[in-house]
Amino acid sequence: MSEALLRPLRAVPARLYVWAAGTVLLLALPFYLDRFWLQAGLFAMAAAIGAIGINLLTGATGQLSMGHAFFLAVGAYGYCVFAADGGDGGGGGDGLTGLGLPTWLAAVLAVLVAGVAGGLFSPISGRLSGAYLGIATLALVFIGQHVMFNAHDLTGGANGRDVPPLSLFGLTFDDRELLVAAVPFGSAEKLWYAGLVLLLAGALFARGVLRGRPGRAMNAIRDHRIAAGVLGVPVARHRAAVFVLSSMYAGLAGVLLALVFQRTVPDYFGIVLSLEYLAMIVIGGLGSVAGAVAGAVFVSLLPQLLTRYSDALPLVSAPGTGGIAPGEASRYLYGAAVVLVVLFLPGGLVRVAAGRRVTTHPGEER
Amino acid sequence: MSTFAEILLNGVSLGSVYALIALGFVVIFRATEVVNFAHASLLLAGGYVTATLHDDLGFWPALLVGIAGAALVGAAVEFLVMRRYRGSDHSVLAIVTIGVDILLTTELTRRIGTDVLALGDPWGDAVLALGPISLAHTRIAAFVAAALLITAFLLAFRYTSWGVSMRAAAESAETAALMGVRLGRVSLGAWAVAGGLAAVAALFLTVFPTPGLERATSLAALKAFPAAILGGLDSTTGALVGGLLVGVTESLATGYQSDLTFLGRGLGDLAPYLVMVAILLIRPAGLFGTKEPARV
Repeated sequence: MSEALLRPLRAVPARLYVWAAGTVLLLALPFYLDRFWLQAGLFAMAAAIGAIGINLLTGATGQLSMGHAFFLAVGAYGYCVFAADGGDGGGGGDGLTGLGLPTWLAAVLAVLVAGVAGGLFSPISGRLSGAYLGIATLALVFIGQHVMFNAHDLTGGANGRDVPPLSLFGLTFDDRELLVAAVPFGSAEKLWYAGLVLLLAGALFARGVLRGRPGRAMNAIRDHRIAAGVLGVPVARHRAAVFVLSSMYAGLAGVLLALVFQRTVPDYFGIVLSLEYLAMIVIGGLGSVAGAVAGAVFVSLLPQLLTRYSDALPLVSAPGTGGIAPGEASRYLYGAAVVLVVLFLPGGLVRVAAGRRVTTHPGEER
Repeated sequence: MSTFAEILLNGVSLGSVYALIALGFVVIFRATEVVNFAHASLLLAGGYVTATLHDDLGFWPALLVGIAGAALVGAAVEFLVMRRYRGSDHSVLAIVTIGVDILLTTELTRRIGTDVLALGDPWGDAVLALGPISLAHTRIAAFVAAALLITAFLLAFRYTSWGVSMRAAAESAETAALMGVRLGRVSLGAWAVAGGLAAVAALFLTVFPTPGLERATSLAALKAFPAAILGGLDSTTGALVGGLLVGVTESLATGYQSDLTFLGRGLGDLAPYLVMVAILLIRPAGLFGTKEPARV
């Protein structure tokens, strides 16, 4: 910290260059990458948004949630229900409930509904702490699965339902090709930019929350609940509020995921997904926005990388051929990463990247 | 009426199996203050060992090896992972167990694949008829075994020096250590016992009427989590009551499914979680859990 203060003239521009280079690179990628990588990148962006949300809850406030798959599902299905044309109109072919709202409004409403769902859980999320809440939120995943498989009119049951493409200011994010600088733009290319904007907005908002008064209060609750209460922090209200905010992030991630997948199926939103999000924030670094993004990129790109290069890698082989499938191999890797990071790298990947030495007691690192 | 009695008895039997799992979970929590999310994978490990060995060794030796195997896996997790953590924050350790769970479950489900493994139990699908009520032998065996194990465990917990040192460690780890209790051994023992109990539970979760050990068995084992938490995580009584409550509710919801079709299919799997949420709304610390005293 003091080193950075001593040479501000050199340090700040260097950072700026990195940011500028990164921005240009991210903006230029759709012109060069093929669809596979763009989709992988979009998954990573959606995961990053969700991971930022759960990091506010688990990393900054110390409240474990194993139920985030549920809020992702609420976002994804909420968007479908609000945006799809109603079955009786004759236009919608699948006969499922749909309100036919403008798609941008549907996306906003889906995020709000995820927030409301989180709010309904507040009697529990405000009162339970840490791992207790983790077990309680398991219920959400199973309730969600039950509803998804049974509320056929809303969710299409086990087969899931199609996701109507987003359209904004007359631009539709579908596969009708649009030529930009001689590069055909399909849904992945267009969504790439939407994803970048959403991720940036989400990251900046979360950073604001963490750096301001609410962030201080959240950290105080995590580090010493009673002291926080004595200092005048309304503990239950903050816990519930963070839970709501975190579910809204998950809802937004769900909307984006649905748009990328173009179809939502209930099997995806299971307990494994919740565990994946927890793995992301632990690997990246608990309690920071950059950590959530780094972890999300790591965990969501890993299976894609292994799938793409399964021929070239030892031990990994295509699914169904007897060896370790890429999905399993990536689970081994991030499972081990979770254990190793907590034991040996408290603070996660971002801490390593920042090159800071861990001087405090590991228990306080989180 | 006879169906009701049948459902109730089946529920009690199922509940006693959940109680076994929840008990192991609570033992780990009391001894080390760690919420063990890897518990379902310990159970899967015990079941898998029994399932692969029963052809060669016969059922009873295979079961013993399975119990020992799961206890060993539990002890190994404690020794190789938990003990390496130098911090003091127990919720971080809970996250470590999630990582362990991802590793173990991935490995075991990969080995099991899409198969359904039989555990070679001697009861088969025999049914005992008591007047109008008929009960599967497996359900009776489950209840008897669970009751015996739980009684033995509670007696050991109360009267043996192992039990006393574990309770002392739960009361105040620091004082216990100063009095000569070796905390490392206590937590190693807790993990091993929890693994062994989970392996027995694995047997009874996979015998008739369930088809056998498969990937989804770990989901069934997860229901012990609500059982443990609705009873109160730090209470052995709570684990027993919670287990029974969860088992009976699940059994009732499955048994009267045809009258509850408006709530959708598969309600039995959901019921334990609904009970948990309902109880946590009224008593956040669980039925028998001690409300955290606030010391400053």
